[in-house]
Amino acid sequence: MSTAVASHAHPATSTGLDHRKIAIWAFIGSECMLFASLISTYLIYKGRSVNGPFPHEACDPPLCATHLNPILNIPVTSVSTFVLLMSSLAMVLALAAVENRGKPGYEGILGSSKFWLLMTAILGTTFLGFQAYEFTSFVHEGLTIRTNLFGSSFFTLTGFHGAHVTAGVLWLLTLLAIDIKRGLQPKDALLVDISALYWHFVDVVWIAIFTLVYLIK
Amino acid sequence: MAQHDQFTHTNPDIDVHAMGEVHEHPTWKQYKWVALVLTIITILEVWAYYIPSFVAMRQVFVPTLLLMSAVKFAIVVLFYMHLKYDHKIFKSLFTGPLIIAMSTIVALLFLFHKFSGK
Repeated sequence: MSTAVASHAHPATSTGLDHRKIAIWAFIGSECMLFASLISTYLIYKGRSVNGPFPHEACDPPLCATHLNPILNIPVTSVSTFVLLMSSLAMVLALAAVENRGKPGYEGILGSSKFWLLMTAILGTTFLGFQAYEFTSFVHEGLTIRTNLFGSSFFTLTGFHGAHVTAGVLWLLTLLAIDIKRGLQPKDALLVDISALYWHFVDVVWIAIFTLVYLIK
Repeated sequence: MAQHDQFTHTNPDIDVHAMGEVHEHPTWKQYKWVALVLTIITILEVWAYYIPSFVAMRQVFVPTLLLMSAVKFAIVVLFYMHLKYDHKIFKSLFTGPLIIAMSTIVALLFLFHKFSGK
């Protein structure tokens, strides 16, 4: 079996597994620890800011010069969370379209990897748009990365996540360009699988951030 | 080779692109159900946030939200990242660092007295 698959495209490996897939899982493992350090920092600093704006509580004089409302916008972030979750669905459908190209049941939209890759990139960009809106409104309301401990840890954590989403969108657009140029075939499924693993990882990190940063008061 | 071809061509949900690995992937209908479950859990999380009496019960509110988040995390990893169907090396490469990462968070929170309320 492995000989048959090895003749596919990859050199033989000692584990019998493709090195690129091992590499992406090792990378994702290291990313877990990166985000754990950022989340830890946020949680340690949570509730220790001496001046507002605060995430869930209003800030009134004399603590703040003027009345400041709680800064987090849960309805907007809930929508952006939903958008990112749906992008993961589009991503698995893109992978399924490439893996099953030409097979029964994968005709039309369902079998169009171009459509699903484009949808994933659009949804990822929409998420980034929500984040840009959130950051801009926070700055207008007086919260910057230098304002207080909450601002420093919040912008660092969500900014790092946003940078990862941006890298993911660029990766998806690269795959889309390859798909348009020569068409992704089942033999290319590993390329899509690796990018899908990265994209889903970005999604699970946001699942943790949404709960720990936005929902737990 | 013939055995390989027969195996992969008769089952539409078999994946062979991870070299040496042959495993099943969920169908698109299962993906759709997974997306629905993720959406419902997200709605429940946000709904819980807006119930003042529930938020006031911190001993229940926080663990409930953490549990719902953990379920969503596990669903994405198991089904969308296919870890449920993947080789044990991939499982180890993810769960090992994840355990270290979570232990680090808990250890740091203890170190900075976040559980003692100081």
